[in-house]
Amino acid sequence: MNSFQTTFGSLQDYEKGGIEIVADNPMYYAFSNIFEVANQSAPYEKVAVAVNLGYVIEAVRLEGQSGWYAAPHDEFAIVMDGEVEVHFIKLADPTAVYTDDSKGSIPLAAQPAGTPMGRVVARRGHQVLLPEGAAYRFTAHSVGVMLIQTMDGPATVHKWGQICLK
Amino acid sequence: MSTAESIEVQASAPSNQTGYRSFTLGGFSFSRDEYFARVSWMAKGQQMSHSMSADAFLRAMMRDVAWGFFYGWVNFDPVIGTRNHYGTVDMYAGSYYPAYRDSGLDHMENFDSRLMMATFKAILDDWTNEGFDPFAAPEEAGDGWHGKKNGHNRAAIERAREACHRMPGLPGDASLRSDANGFPINRAFADVPQDAPEVYAEPGFEAEVSAFNLFAFLSRSDVTWNPSVTSVCGRSLACPTTEEYILPIKHGNDRVEWFVQLSDQIEWEIEDKHTGSPRAKVLMKAGDVAAMPADIRHQGFARKRSMLLVWENATPNLPELYESGQLKPWPVEF
Repeated sequence: MNSFQTTFGSLQDYEKGGIEIVADNPMYYAFSNIFEVANQSAPYEKVAVAVNLGYVIEAVRLEGQSGWYAAPHDEFAIVMDGEVEVHFIKLADPTAVYTDDSKGSIPLAAQPAGTPMGRVVARRGHQVLLPEGAAYRFTAHSVGVMLIQTMDGPATVHKWGQICLK
Repeated sequence: MSTAESIEVQASAPSNQTGYRSFTLGGFSFSRDEYFARVSWMAKGQQMSHSMSADAFLRAMMRDVAWGFFYGWVNFDPVIGTRNHYGTVDMYAGSYYPAYRDSGLDHMENFDSRLMMATFKAILDDWTNEGFDPFAAPEEAGDGWHGKKNGHNRAAIERAREACHRMPGLPGDASLRSDANGFPINRAFADVPQDAPEVYAEPGFEAEVSAFNLFAFLSRSDVTWNPSVTSVCGRSLACPTTEEYILPIKHGNDRVEWFVQLSDQIEWEIEDKHTGSPRAKVLMKAGDVAAMPADIRHQGFARKRSMLLVWENATPNLPELYESGQLKPWPVEF
């Protein structure tokens, strides 16, 4: 009989760890918890929980339907709680959406022109490619959480002082 | 001993007593007996030596080899280790241990990466007995590490690190793990759901509309403390790994890296990179995110096999930017 129980977190059920300081500053570790962050976020608010010289990992609360986004580079979503459906459109004219210097997820004012590429339904543990040159939109019928690996962009929200241990 | 690249590894004949070879790399000598690995060097005209349990030494050397000397410092223990300069590598003994260094009894030499890699691989090959897997968790590693020389375990030590170009499962990219390709679900992750995401790609977009079960992928990892690469966004690499028992090395950072605890928990002991002086202890539970600053060394402890997303920035000149002070060792100020 398997005696192991794997523990994943969720919006409703998570425990946050912590830092024991010997001779250090807890702010150097920028310690947060994605479920705690998402519990305090608006739907689809892209809150940076990790940043590394222009690259970010964002914690995103899934709830209802998002707007459309596109990026000039690949991005990746990992569902950490709940279920999400992602619809993709191949952009007819990427230059109408972003420039060569653009980075991160670019929010679009409306559904862009292009060819439908398909859709993915993802649940906890699933990783979804958000490919370069495609627009995408999320739909979640209940609340959840996902991580997005991307670049620091116009939709990225930095509120480190509110989410990190001090 | 000569490798395929004609790099000369300095190795002795097998010991009549134990069957193990001894090795020389510059001013360092490596030997092992039934229980212990020993590294020797000269300092201030005297012979110095440092011993580790052979299993601990092999577990550490296995990671150093598999990771290609990794980012920065790989401390086998507080005394010996390596520092990667990406093309050359330092080997040191006591150089980051104040009692040795302040007495001038430490020793450091820089080697061509290919020579050090060939030497380390030869040591691993000779010193790893049949019945011991230095990559595995204690319950799976076997106890064949001790005693006299007894065969090899090349299948274990020659595992290739899995690194995707974009994302596993895409055409031409890294494979997903399954029973069929030799990756059964690990005993500690038997309860992890194996369901696949639903992917409905329109014709012509099969290579772009893609998803896979990352947690199922990780549940099938046959090694511990060995990151794979599962997504690439520019220079940003997601390197998830499964962790059980103790990280066999203390990793000294030459850049900021980040940890996202995907499941279960890990306790990290944080020390000053240059002195080993304790700085903090970081307890990470599922959903926690923490930076590992660029001026620390760290070692993880996981009582149950867990899933950890290590997030790296592979920008080439980062070590110089941190070393010169152009970048602060912590990632964000608030």
